Amino acid sequence: MAAGTPTAPTASNRPQGAQRALEERGDMPPAADHRTSMAGSLRDAATAAFLVFVLGFFFLGVRSDIAPGGLTLTFRWGLLAIAVAIVFGARLLLNIFVFRTARPLTQRMGGAISAQGRAFPNLGKWLGRALFAFAVILPFFFTYFFPGRERQYIDLAILIMTYIMLGWGLNIVVGLAGLLDLGYVAFYAVGAYSFALLAQHFEFIGFWTALPLAGLLAAFWGIILGFPVLRLRGDYLAIVTLAFGEIIRVVLLNWYEFTGGPDGISGIPKPTFFGLEFVRGEGGFADFFGIPFHNIHRFIYLYYIIFILAIITNLVTLRLRKMPVGRAWEALREDEIACRSLGINTTNTKLTAFALGAMFGGFAGSFFATRQGFISPESFTFLESAIILAIVVLGGLGSQIGVVISSIVMIGGIELLRNLGFLSQIFGPNFEPTQYRMLIFGIAMVLIMVWKPRGLVSTREPTAVLKEKKRIGADMVAQGEGH
Amino acid sequence: MVSASQSAAPAAAPMTGEQRKWDIDPVLTVEHLTMRFGGLVAVNDLSFNVGRGDITALIGPNGAGKTTVFNCVTGFYKPTEGRTVMRHGAGLLQDMVDEVTAGGLRSIRDGDKAVFLLERMPDFEISQFARVARTFQNIRLFGGMTVLENLMVAQHNTLMTASIYTIGGLIGLPGYRVAEKAAKEKAVYWLERTRLIERADDPAADLPYGDQRRLEIARAMCTEPHLLCLDEPAAGLNPRESAELNELLQFIRAEHATSILLIEHDMGVVMEISDHVVVLDYGVKIADGDAIQVKNDPKVIAAYLGVDDEAEIDIPEVRKDLEEVEQAASDEGSAS
Ligand SMILES: Nc1ncnc2c1ncn2[C@@H]1O[C@H](COP(=O)(O)OP(=O)(O)OP(=O)(O)O)[C@@H](O)[C@H]1O
Ligand SMILES: [Mg+2]
Repeated sequence: MAAGTPTAPTASNRPQGAQRALEERGDMPPAADHRTSMAGSLRDAATAAFLVFVLGFFFLGVRSDIAPGGLTLTFRWGLLAIAVAIVFGARLLLNIFVFRTARPLTQRMGGAISAQGRAFPNLGKWLGRALFAFAVILPFFFTYFFPGRERQYIDLAILIMTYIMLGWGLNIVVGLAGLLDLGYVAFYAVGAYSFALLAQHFEFIGFWTALPLAGLLAAFWGIILGFPVLRLRGDYLAIVTLAFGEIIRVVLLNWYEFTGGPDGISGIPKPTFFGLEFVRGEGGFADFFGIPFHNIHRFIYLYYIIFILAIITNLVTLRLRKMPVGRAWEALREDEIACRSLGINTTNTKLTAFALGAMFGGFAGSFFATRQGFISPESFTFLESAIILAIVVLGGLGSQIGVVISSIVMIGGIELLRNLGFLSQIFGPNFEPTQYRMLIFGIAMVLIMVWKPRGLVSTREPTAVLKEKKRIGADMVAQGEGH
Repeated sequence: MVSASQSAAPAAAPMTGEQRKWDIDPVLTVEHLTMRFGGLVAVNDLSFNVGRGDITALIGPNGAGKTTVFNCVTGFYKPTEGRTVMRHGAGLLQDMVDEVTAGGLRSIRDGDKAVFLLERMPDFEISQFARVARTFQNIRLFGGMTVLENLMVAQHNTLMTASIYTIGGLIGLPGYRVAEKAAKEKAVYWLERTRLIERADDPAADLPYGDQRRLEIARAMCTEPHLLCLDEPAAGLNPRESAELNELLQFIRAEHATSILLIEHDMGVVMEISDHVVVLDYGVKIADGDAIQVKNDPKVIAAYLGVDDEAEIDIPEVRKDLEEVEQAASDEGSAS
């Protein structure tokens, strides 16, 4: 292949590993006959099936029960046969359509999706506008069209919006600066606990005073984390950030006198509307405006708070991308050494990315605290980091609209399952879809990564244009450290 | 340290009595540079000058330590020993050099004159303050960014100041907009010079190899360097591209206050454009002079023909030639 010759043009800029193999498969001449032949596919599937037979024989084929006279062995040939048949069939199909064909099905589907993107170049823009418009009217939409269930839907919208904001915050670190951060939830926790503890110890601190403080504290912790990981590359960076996230959680869990340990902190004040509380009666929000009191007002208000916070995150990020610091982040993702040769202080550049990402995480955290009214270390496990990261990766690293779509799909989709009555009719009354959350996450991730290895929205928009704005394909864009 | 600065870069090849131009007005002085990697001495006690406004070529066989010298000069490696002095302003600036060395400083500035001790500075400051730019032997572009963006990133520090460390830019101060426009104009200037203007909005990774090489030079030039270090810029270029590269380098020398230090294997290029050639072999300087002197230097010929193992050479005429060359080289060695 071209990469082997000394004049390989972009060898150092091309993605590595599996991604590269995948991309290059498109340029290859049709593979030799023995690779694509039916006989080869059958033989391969038979090998896989045989392996399943050997391995499955003891696990599936034989069942031991404790009987009065010792162990009795029951042979379950049927089960074993089904397993073998499934593997044989699936492997054969994969061989025929994906592994052993000149034009793999997955590639064709990926191609179709990107062709669609090319056919409607402004699709992303219009989709973004439509989603924005809907987000603006969302609470009224639900109160008008779904009276009685509006609270549930607005609550869900708040949840999704929180993840969108977290995704956008993490996108600065992972998507733009290319630093894989597996401990993002630590900053979310710092933000939440900052507000909770401040409110606990100081009477006068409300949500609006605590918000900037929580952001600053989280940014401070972002820098603290930034220092040790600055020199790390690749996997080491990911592991240290993961450990940092866990350290914060474990400290919160064990520092009983300060944080309340596993009991958490409760009684966190609700946000006020210019000093007006959302309570019934004299001096409350409804009373002041002369409208009848309704519980939903508080939820609508919460929704708009997180909506505005998320929009601020987005606007700041979009604007920063066009600033020298944002370009430096992306350049850092592309090639750190080249950055330094151009006089960019990579230490500071990485620290600003960490600090800003952490700050938005902190804002979201203090919002989380005020929404729940109660926080405990339970809410800040590694799983949370993983979900936020999954949202960013599935959406497409660096893509703002991608984060929105994948948050809606991942968070909203899961909640949707809960409400699908027919599922329990199929799987029986004890079927609890939320138990399969992780399974569905996993399947969704695998599917998307197979079809669109760089996430849903994988093109990059240039930050400076001379004549014509051309979006840059994902295969050109580097992913930075730790991917 | 101070004694080393008394006479800059002793000449390896015997010279006529008069001092050479690059010893009188050097922009960069490398003194007793040594770089060890564990037991391997990649560069051994190397001293040379790069004249202001000159194109200086650093040549030598593969693995001679040329790239290592670049990495030491640009701060990517911390040299084991030695001093590298970068000067802004004409002359040797001997007082300033002594002062900064003795004072344990990184740099010293006096009006528009300045002296930098590069081995004391981190890599990004060498580019930012000492204004030494470089390209890489294996091209390092920001492949996923457009050609124009690559050149904008190169002007990071100027733009950063203009945007008052992002804050001014974020709130939309007019100063930043003006600066960004100027930065774009400078980018366009270099894109026209390197004939990349048509590709300005394409991702850098999409360019053909020769264009990528030129883009890397354009990007380095956007930092407004006093010294431009090019690591094998002609490698992999076809003869036409190579000729265009020569023109570009001569244009840079003629129109900009930028001196060029160049690693090159192609002797044709070296002979045609360089004012001064330094030859390295096994990390040691074996010749230093103008192109003609170096070309005829027997040690250089020996190094390039690789006469370590005579047994490998079977053709009698060649062997005879080589023996003569070697004889001359050893005479040279014992004489100096
Ligand atoms: N980071 C390093 N660690 C260990 N050894 C190194 C390192 N960098 C260079 N070397 C060694 O130093 C010697 C000189 O290498 P260098 O890359 O400077 O050669 P060069 O003159 O640029 O060669 P070429 O013409 O092939 O580019 C080589 O033996 C190389 O293996
Ligand atoms: Mg080299």
